[in-house]
Amino acid sequence: MIHVQDKRFKVANKEALIGVGLVVINFAIWFGFAYGLGSGDPLEYRYVFGFPAWFFYSCMAGTVFMIVCIWLAMKLFFKDISLEEEDEQK
Amino acid sequence: MHWQVIIPLLLFLVIIFGIGIWANKQVRTSNSFMQEYFLGGREMGGFIFAMTMMATYGSASSFIGGPGVAYNTGLGWVLLAMAQLPAGYFALMVLGKKFAIVSRRIEAITLIDFLKKRYDSNIIIILSALSIIVFLFASMTAQWVGGARLIESLTGLNYTSALLIFAASVLVYVIIGGFRAVALTDAVQGTIMIIGTVILLIGTVIAGGGVENIMQNLVAENPKLVSPFGAEGNLTPLYVSTFWILIGLGVIGLPQIAVRTMSYKDAKSLHRAILIGTIGIGTIMFGMHLIGVFARSVVPGIEIGDKVMPIVTLEVLPPLLAGIVLAAPMAAIMSTVNALLILVSSTVVKDIYLNFINPKATEQQIKKRSYWVTTTIGLAVVIFALNPPEFLIWLNLFAFGGLESAFLWSVVFGLYWKKANKYGAISSMIVGLTLYIAIDRLSPHVFGMHTVTLPIVVSFFTFILVSLTTHKVKKLEEFHF
Repeated sequence: MIHVQDKRFKVANKEALIGVGLVVINFAIWFGFAYGLGSGDPLEYRYVFGFPAWFFYSCMAGTVFMIVCIWLAMKLFFKDISLEEEDEQK
Repeated sequence: MHWQVIIPLLLFLVIIFGIGIWANKQVRTSNSFMQEYFLGGREMGGFIFAMTMMATYGSASSFIGGPGVAYNTGLGWVLLAMAQLPAGYFALMVLGKKFAIVSRRIEAITLIDFLKKRYDSNIIIILSALSIIVFLFASMTAQWVGGARLIESLTGLNYTSALLIFAASVLVYVIIGGFRAVALTDAVQGTIMIIGTVILLIGTVIAGGGVENIMQNLVAENPKLVSPFGAEGNLTPLYVSTFWILIGLGVIGLPQIAVRTMSYKDAKSLHRAILIGTIGIGTIMFGMHLIGVFARSVVPGIEIGDKVMPIVTLEVLPPLLAGIVLAAPMAAIMSTVNALLILVSSTVVKDIYLNFINPKATEQQIKKRSYWVTTTIGLAVVIFALNPPEFLIWLNLFAFGGLESAFLWSVVFGLYWKKANKYGAISSMIVGLTLYIAIDRLSPHVFGMHTVTLPIVVSFFTFILVSLTTHKVKKLEEFHF
């Protein structure tokens, strides 16, 4: 019983790469806003909704943005495939 | 004794207990004891799957230690904590479907089952089993000490009785109910963790007179409290960034997380879990650490970091609500311990007993051994927690990074790289672990990075180099690619 390249693995590999892509985006937003806006003198920070701007964009808006991205990725790219063996042999 | 606080906590224990008894019915009627006891029959749906990932990952440090450090460091620590966001989706997306498909195909029940089939090497089984048992034993002990201290400070009981009450309640439901009980109680515990965080965050903001007011107080005390660099200015971008490896990406290598990705029901559950899990982890990590920072303005002058969270809760919330919120750290501790307990016990029964001691054990023997092993390990942890030895505390601090150094690449390459072989896996495990221990002992923060960074990088290259140089004719196991 030799399984030639299981088609489901193609799907799985693609989804794993999407995961890597999302982490890269996540890190860029997190790092960029935190140190881009937060490196100056704390006494001269701008504030958004009471929070320092760097904190608001990096930790709050960035997190919400990531959750939306993840939701979109699920909707658009993730496939509903069977995990069991039987289906594959049909 | 604050009875109004204690009543919700007791109620919580009763519910958790009930779930254990219900799950025990499933264990008794199931036709494959091992699949049921150690994986809950691979039946977890999306919500429970998300909650068990989150609850297993969120531990005493998210609710007790973390807010304490945030109290002293400021917003920079919340920034660092947000590196944990990928823990909610990254591991699930990367291991996700492939790990689930492969582990069903080879009927793997533990992470080591997978490594064994993939690399076909006894050395790997032994190395992995040893790391899992040693590191996770230490983590359990530490969680337990935290739980007992929490109950001690809430009820005024002495440390020993607090520990025994706590331990007895966790042990009973895990031993009788197995993985299903663990996952279901995790769902309740995870929900309480999220609700508790939100209630306490709102309560703290109100008590502090609004966000703006709190921020002004912090700036007045020390402007660096609101900067990304921390109160002392010692959180450098490089150091904070390397935490992504430890608490965000390396999570793939944690056996307690990996084993969960074998146990969900179908692709839909996975998709739902990725979304719910990320929202849950985001809420808890952001909320709890921010509460720690805000607490500095609301209840200034707390000396011991670990007491910040209980003190704030009792201070800003009415007693009944405080009881619900304080169930959250208890839930976090219980849900981490229960996951580790069932994992260590499966390692002993499945990976050691069945592999090396008695490969022909009958279903009945396995059943008996499993109950017996789980009980023994549980009791041993209690005994160690009564008077925790120095080396266990050290090992616990170590456990996360140590497990990641050992397992990360063996799992990832095992799944996604055809040429990965046992020599690569063994050498990367040994190099990763040794280097991690050496750096921790000799000079943590090499080049200003977190300890785990170098071992992960070096074991990555070791794996590739050794696999390529030893890549001969060895035939590929047909089920992997």
